[in-house]
This record gives sequence, C-alpha cells and structure tokens, in this order.
Amino acid sequence: MNHRHARQTQSILIVEDSEDDYEATIRAFKKTNLHNPVHWCKSGQEALDFLKAAGENSMPGLILLDLNMPGMDGRKTLELIKQDVKLKWIPVIVLTTSGDERDIDACYQIGANTYVQKPVNFDGLIEAIKRLKEYWFEIALLPKEEKRT
Amino acid sequence: MTQKLLHESQPVLIVEDSEDDYEAARRAFTKANLRNPVAHAYSGEEALRYLSDSGVKPGIILLDLNMPGLDGRKTLELIKRDETLKHIPVVILTTSNDERDVEACYKLGANTYIQKPVDFDGLIAAIRRLKEYWFEFALLPKEP
Repeated sequence: MNHRHARQTQSILIVEDSEDDYEATIRAFKKTNLHNPVHWCKSGQEALDFLKAAGENSMPGLILLDLNMPGMDGRKTLELIKQDVKLKWIPVIVLTTSGDERDIDACYQIGANTYVQKPVNFDGLIEAIKRLKEYWFEIALLPKEEKRT
Repeated sequence: MTQKLLHESQPVLIVEDSEDDYEAARRAFTKANLRNPVAHAYSGEEALRYLSDSGVKPGIILLDLNMPGLDGRKTLELIKRDETLKHIPVVILTTSNDERDVEACYKLGANTYIQKPVDFDGLIAAIRRLKEYWFEFALLPKEP
C-alpha cells in the first residue's frame, strides 16, 4: 500500500457535543478496525482552540464535524477552519443528522470536503464509518502524512 | 435513497489531456455501472469554458494535474474561487503522489486527492470506490 495513505497514525478530530454520539462513533471505529488516535472536542470553540494550539505533530489528519452544536455551530466552525490558512488544508467530513438541502449546500459552499448524513441507528453508523474509512483511508491521499522538513 | 444523492442526470466532468487516460477512466466508470453522462475536457481552459457555458453543472469533477497550458492546480484554484462553481466536489485524479502536490491541492480546496493507478485493474478499483462514495453515499449540493 502506498505510504501516503493515512494509516493508523493520522489522528482524527471529532467535533461533537453529544457524548452518546461520540461514544457510538468510537465503537463504530472499533468495529471497522479503525485504530487511529482520536481527539474529541465537544464544541466548535473547543475545536478551534485545539487546532490553533496544535503543533505540527498533533494536527489531525481529518476532522469529523457535527453541525448541530450549542454555542458556535458546525457551520461557523467549518467556516473558521476553511478560512484559516493554517487549517484549511485539513479534510473536513461533515457528519450530521441533518439531510436538509440548505445545510448541504452551505457546507460545500464554505468548503467542506464532503457531507455525510449520520445514521440514527448503530448498524447504520458502522456502515457509514466503514464507507468513510474505505474512501478516506484507503483510496484518498491525505495531506501532511509525514513530518515536514 | 434521498434525492440529494448524485442524480443520474448530473454529468461527471473528466478533465484530462491524455486521450488514453480519459478512455480508461470512461471504461472504468462503465464497469462501475455509472449511468451519468460523462463529459470530457482536454485542458483546464476547456474545462472552464464548459463550466461557464453549460446549462447543467456537473455533479462532480475529476481533475488531472499535469496538463499543458492551464495546469490542474490553476484550474482547481479558479473553480474554487468561483462562487457559482466552488460547491462542486473536485477530485484530483493524477499520477503524482508528491506531498507538495497533495498539500497544495487540499489548500486550494480540492475535495479529495487520489493517486491514479497506472494499471487498468487498479484504475477500475479506484473509480469504483470513487463512484460508490460520491454517488451512493455522500450527499451532494444542489446548484446555488
């Protein structure tokens, strides 16, 4: 396999206010043999703070972003990430329950790399995580896999 | 299945200067049972003309990087700066796996970067995965 594929080393940032949803996502990761280090931020603000403070070695390789969060919502968080020259390169997967066309359109317009509707049942979630893994970790090349010289 | 999945009528635009590579991609999409019309632009310039002229915007754009004239990176940049086009997912599909290309493309707003396999079987597999992801799983935007 090409060394540039994100193996088990690239960390994933999950931005999700619900502990239940976060736990379910982690369980789904395990079921799909996704063992990448994960960092959890419970809010958009926390995510921005984390990203701004992250050194090169702790920058996540991928962000899973929920839209419906109190305080700074997902859309605003996405906007701030994609407008920041130091952060915009990180692929952002919007993973949210909303299938509302306006949310989808807005997210792509702001620069979301992709938009996936989060299934409400656990089996559906496992399937979704499996599909994400197959695409983002086995087909796509992610940026900054290796340390910059 | 929701209507927000890529509809069969939305074209796939392949931007690729090599006729052979385009044909291979086309055949790979057929093997992956793609029903959508496939449009081909031989260059960045032609792609931009197609995008500004066509009544129906493509649902997704596959973009090679190494093309004479307006190269892939510049084409990507122009697409992602255009308010009427930036929403369209752009998948970079190119032979280079150079870290600088990968990073530059994501910075410019590429939705995904995929290294084009050199063998046809590899290409079929990659196109199939691409199709399954964008056409059967991810939700896509409507036109602004």
